[in-house]
Amino acid sequence: MADVKNILLVGVGGQGTILASQILSTGLVSAGYDVKMSEVHGMAQRGGSVTTQVRFGKQVHAPIIGKGQADVLVSFEIMETLRWLEFLKPDGKVVINNHKIPSVPILSGKREYPRGVIETISRKVDATVIDAGRIAEELGNPKTMNVILLGALVKAMGLTELEWRAAIKECVKPKFVEINLEAFKAGLSV
Amino acid sequence: MKQLMSGNEAIARGAYEAGVTMAAAYPGTPSTEILENMVEYKEHIYSEWSPNEKVAAEVAIGASIAGARSICAMKHVGVNVAADPIFTYAYLGVNGGFVLVSADDPSMHSSQNEQDNRYYAKFAKMALIEPSDSQECKDFLAEAYEVSERFDVPVLFRVTTRISHSKCIVELGERKEVGHKPYARNIPKFVATPAHAKIAHVKVEQKLKDMEQYANTSILNKIEENGSKIGIITAGIAYQYVKEVFGDQVSILKLGFTYPLPMDLIRYFASKHETLYIVEELEPFMEEQIKAAGIQCIGKALVPNIYELNPDIVAQSLLNEKTETKKVDVNVVPRPPVLCPGCPHRGFFYTMSKKKNTVVTSDIGCYTLGGMEPLNAMDTCICMGAGFSAGMGMAKAFEVSGRDNKVFGVLGDSTFFHSGITGAIDILYNKGKMVPVVLDNSITGMTGHQENPGTGKTLMGESTTQMDPTDIMKAVGFKVLVVDPCDLKAMDDAAEEAVKSEEPTAIVTKRPCVLIKGLPPFKNKCVVNRENCKKCKMCLKVGCPAVFFKDGTAYIEASMCVGCEVCKQVCKFNAIEKVGE
Repeated sequence: MADVKNILLVGVGGQGTILASQILSTGLVSAGYDVKMSEVHGMAQRGGSVTTQVRFGKQVHAPIIGKGQADVLVSFEIMETLRWLEFLKPDGKVVINNHKIPSVPILSGKREYPRGVIETISRKVDATVIDAGRIAEELGNPKTMNVILLGALVKAMGLTELEWRAAIKECVKPKFVEINLEAFKAGLSV
Repeated sequence: MKQLMSGNEAIARGAYEAGVTMAAAYPGTPSTEILENMVEYKEHIYSEWSPNEKVAAEVAIGASIAGARSICAMKHVGVNVAADPIFTYAYLGVNGGFVLVSADDPSMHSSQNEQDNRYYAKFAKMALIEPSDSQECKDFLAEAYEVSERFDVPVLFRVTTRISHSKCIVELGERKEVGHKPYARNIPKFVATPAHAKIAHVKVEQKLKDMEQYANTSILNKIEENGSKIGIITAGIAYQYVKEVFGDQVSILKLGFTYPLPMDLIRYFASKHETLYIVEELEPFMEEQIKAAGIQCIGKALVPNIYELNPDIVAQSLLNEKTETKKVDVNVVPRPPVLCPGCPHRGFFYTMSKKKNTVVTSDIGCYTLGGMEPLNAMDTCICMGAGFSAGMGMAKAFEVSGRDNKVFGVLGDSTFFHSGITGAIDILYNKGKMVPVVLDNSITGMTGHQENPGTGKTLMGESTTQMDPTDIMKAVGFKVLVVDPCDLKAMDDAAEEAVKSEEPTAIVTKRPCVLIKGLPPFKNKCVVNRENCKKCKMCLKVGCPAVFFKDGTAYIEASMCVGCEVCKQVCKFNAIEKVGE
């Protein structure tokens, strides 16, 4: 299945990885690709580690990938990049949101947030670091971090020509369409 | 029309297209969205959240007997709850077509075990159909109703997390109105007395033989032949992984009708290939039967029976191919799920964590997180309802052994309606020395806010009688202490009073889930007063993700804090204040 591309989006419950994956899948479907998207619900909603996977190509069979198979890993949180890095292809790309969400063992002072994650990863793989949090605040809505990252992903994948405007309109509530279009544009231009 | 749909959405659509008019379920990951999406078709399908899976199955069975095509949906462990009516209905047979959807959870993404419910089909003697993607979820369901009505059997429609929660492109069809079958009283068929059951058992054995013949030519079972020496038999999501790894390089017998297995078809396929592999997720359900039929094959000797499969695992198992991966030498800190900031359960579990000689028997819900660090305020979590009844057993055992532990049996409001009431009756009837506690947060929380008998709303969005766990516990005969769990003093007083009380006493903690939209939030956020903070870390013990310790001092993350004041109450130095108060 050489023509199938695999994207792995990882983050923390509540960061909007599922919405980003939905917009991505919608755009890919309207461009004529076969698409499968997989997500896990349940416990993940309560601040745990979350992942969604999007696979597209001429014909996609499995909805999920194994280790060493992601073309792009989009990480909404720095430490989550580490947790899922082994799912990346050896020549795959990483898009990292420069944003830390300490987990409970760190908050309680029992463990330390790992240091130098971005530097370590950048030495090993092709990594793009994005300050989506800062950009989102500049846009006036911190929740748009997910769509900014989506923009950066679309750029990294060379998929800018697809109908993203329509995909965003289809997936987002009307009153949030404008801000998300802006966020997407900001992500594209990083 | 083509649409991107999850397996669960496609099952709802499939029910609509197949002319179903009745649907019942109890929420449970990964099955919940089936009924949530069924509501879209409410002009044609009556849907309900039943109080538990047994009730859902019985409602759907009743509808089937009345002549409707009916469906009930539940997670794998829900089928354990519903097993009693299902087993008998398999003997009796249907009137309108009847489908039970079991959504299994290999890898236990959100479950307490990873039981393989395909065995239920063999155990109960009903047909088993397994789709492998969303399109098949929709299309196979129509065939499931044909099988159900043609062979007079219930059909177990088995999906797994990766089918339920994966979105694929689905080509939609039109609804086929089938109407309701005529209903007439039929005592020998639908009254399961021993005399009738003896006849039914003979009949069901014949139905299984007939279905096996049918399965051999069923459109759900197909050979993808390419002349290879190797042949692979597979079903469900495992088919997609096999296709991913082997493409068109091997011959595949893809099974969608998997009980009774099409043994003639399998024998034919085996005869055409030198080596036969069985690739199935979890247990060797097909392999055992194929081997018992005298057909040589290789399955679980290579493919693991623990956790879910993926293309990588299938490739490693069958081809011994190792995938190259990237690793870095940095330790990742775990990220366990936590109770939300402002969660009403926090106050209760914090109170329990401070009490000596206390045993807390709990069960399934958001509140299971009370057993995680740093609260650690839990002894058991077994299944829905066991919070009360396992507590009863422990309390009785402690009475016999002379231990003086105080037992608190805990469950949530939806769980109380699900299977807590019978446990409460047992405690009172058999004089259990324990305190039953209902953590009433006015919603079914963990599965994502479904209505329940305590919310005053139905699945279809109608207003209905609102039942209150407090009233029910009083009606059972308990003295009930109602308390706001975010008021730690009141919470502690209630716990003490309940333990000391001479009369049977229950506690109901009453405060809505903080995630319910439209409810008035707490007033103002909390903030740490730097001058007063003695860095004692007491505030960290409540396990709130908004409270953290950095560079030797405590902080509260303003974007997360909702102002519930639980941390404020545990600070002995008045170092936590309300902003603007």
